[in-house]
Amino acid sequence: MYVYDEFDREFLAERVAEFRDQVARRLEGTLTEDEFKPLRLMNGVYLQLHAYMLRVAIPYGTLNSDQLRRLAHVARTYDRGYGHFTTRQNIQFNWIRLEDLPDAMAALAEVGVHGIQTSGNCIRNVTTDQWAGATPEEFDDPRIWAEILRQYSTLHPEFTYLPRKFKIAITAAPKDRAATKVHDVGLRLHRNEAGELGFEVLVGGGLGRTPFVGKLVRPFLPVQHLLSYIEAIMRVYNQYGRRDNIYKARIKILVHEIGAEEFSRAVEAEWESIRDGALHLTPEMIAEIRARFLYPAFEAAQDQPAELVEALGDERFATWYANAVHRHKVSGYAIVTVSLKPIGAPPGDATADQMEVVAALADDYGFREIRVGHEQNLCLPNVAQKDLPALWRRLDAAGLATPNVNHISDIIACPGLDYCALANARAIPVAQEIAKRFSDLDRSRGIGRLHVNISGCINACGHHHVGHIGILGVEKNGQEFYQITLGGRADEKAQLGTLLGPAVSYEQVPGLIEDVVDTYMELRAGPHELFIDTVARLGVEPFKERVYAAH
Amino acid sequence: MPLIENGRIIEDRFVRVSDEDALPEGVPVLIGIDRFLKEAEALKGRQAPVGVIWPNNRPIAEIERYLGQLSLIALNFPIFRDGRAYSQARLLRERLGWKGPLRAVGNVLRDQFLLMQRSGFDQIEAAKEADAQAFDEAVHRYTVFYQPATDERPSLLRQRLGRTPRG
Repeated sequence: MYVYDEFDREFLAERVAEFRDQVARRLEGTLTEDEFKPLRLMNGVYLQLHAYMLRVAIPYGTLNSDQLRRLAHVARTYDRGYGHFTTRQNIQFNWIRLEDLPDAMAALAEVGVHGIQTSGNCIRNVTTDQWAGATPEEFDDPRIWAEILRQYSTLHPEFTYLPRKFKIAITAAPKDRAATKVHDVGLRLHRNEAGELGFEVLVGGGLGRTPFVGKLVRPFLPVQHLLSYIEAIMRVYNQYGRRDNIYKARIKILVHEIGAEEFSRAVEAEWESIRDGALHLTPEMIAEIRARFLYPAFEAAQDQPAELVEALGDERFATWYANAVHRHKVSGYAIVTVSLKPIGAPPGDATADQMEVVAALADDYGFREIRVGHEQNLCLPNVAQKDLPALWRRLDAAGLATPNVNHISDIIACPGLDYCALANARAIPVAQEIAKRFSDLDRSRGIGRLHVNISGCINACGHHHVGHIGILGVEKNGQEFYQITLGGRADEKAQLGTLLGPAVSYEQVPGLIEDVVDTYMELRAGPHELFIDTVARLGVEPFKERVYAAH
Repeated sequence: MPLIENGRIIEDRFVRVSDEDALPEGVPVLIGIDRFLKEAEALKGRQAPVGVIWPNNRPIAEIERYLGQLSLIALNFPIFRDGRAYSQARLLRERLGWKGPLRAVGNVLRDQFLLMQRSGFDQIEAAKEADAQAFDEAVHRYTVFYQPATDERPSLLRQRLGRTPRG
């Protein structure tokens, strides 16, 4: 956990006071809505279809149990008893009143939680691997670098009014769980041949109406130059990014229009002038931030303790264990994914009660730590293997042990037309119906890893372009239609999906998805060939023929 | 519109003159970029001070050759959400070494005063009278600054060093 110090706490209190003043000026009319809008957005406050929405940052996906309990409190006191975890390590409250916002924010600020820069044309919440600090795969804890960037970007005087929003993601493991290749800046932490730590820097990835995979601008950036290099990228973008058209204002368009090489040249030229300046990270600065991350006092323990081995005789436990538990870097411990995708519920939603259950479980078994991943599930990163059976029983009782992580019913979906003012079509009910069709766990286990991503409009908050199966809601003559893509992926081999064929109606979607899956089951080379690999091997044509013949 | 310099409302010595009008003798003038570029040579002989409004869409590096003949540089905020002038201001101060007055003009509102000050503006032409009155409060809202910028405020990057982390 990163521990806030007196500076962080002071800043947060000052920010809440500033927003309280801005709300007061808006309510008395000295701030127009047009003037207020960017200010509230930069505190995470949206005006949605039915009400104001508060988006709260969970920096690099890390929460402690007190913070999660406070989120539950806000859900219960100011909302309708639940919150929605998003694909960018945020949580959204959909039913908050403007007058209550400063109080809700003050309650969150007491435990170091806030909505700062979760929206607006600024550098957004920096995201990373939800297994950070726990997985044996990583080169370093990426949260250290995400925290350095969080501090750097917080109320940055030069980069608060960029052409458009700006999202940075970091992975420190070869397996990319942070979708870094579809971010404005994607950073891959690794070591070079000399053993030094540095970042591979990708720029210009992103989804939305013009999707791109990020382009490589620097294969190895020594870590001490992280901030100066990011500043150089931001400065080039701030000056030359398009401002004439909101849909062409993201950095990906600038990179695309002038080319990655030209863009890289401009960044390197700017960087030359500042690389040894005030932003140069000394070992002391890095150590200072690193020292603020506290790690659990792990006990010496063996893998596969007797308690676990015995419990694995229970088939239900064993099924959950195989699905939700992953290897930890410390022997005797495990990483546990908590599915927020029970069959039939809105993906990513958690009730206040469920949040409190997870907080209590983190207290009892997980060193008080909880993570949020971009797949809209929670994670307990540090659980002793001997505690897994007890943990499972309590998760199961709270409806949080659905063994469907990475399965077809573990769907990523945006709030869609049920909440969002931008949406053209519903997303949540589509997810619910697909999950119901595949509620048979033996069947879904047989299908294996398959990511379904649903967006209710072209803005792509459900990341449909990078779903193994992507579903995009569009509007035609006042009716909801859905375009299906196959073969997208958000990991280290990121690519955009290929359109399967003509859009289909709302009612046809679940059946069509079943046909796609049936086709895969028939065509796959064997049970070990994943859906995504079958699509890569055969292309979408065989799927198209089968699916559209049936409809 | 009220002009604020280093926290105080001051009289604007500069007269803003459009491209069509003749330049008044012996008075400091603030002129647009087109006229300035066209008349830059002739303006060198002028006795009274000259200031220019440098536009957002012209690289600020191009101003370098004119710095010696300028007494004021104004950067424009066509709408408060357009942040190009922040980068221009920092480059002027930090890269090009401009020490003279740097003025924010346009849709300049209270909630951006602090960002402007941190980016190197020392003159702010407030769009609203009430905002100008609230200047002091607006730039002292925060005592904590995470990142170094153009101003003298200490950033946490350095402030935190040399002390024991505390919970």
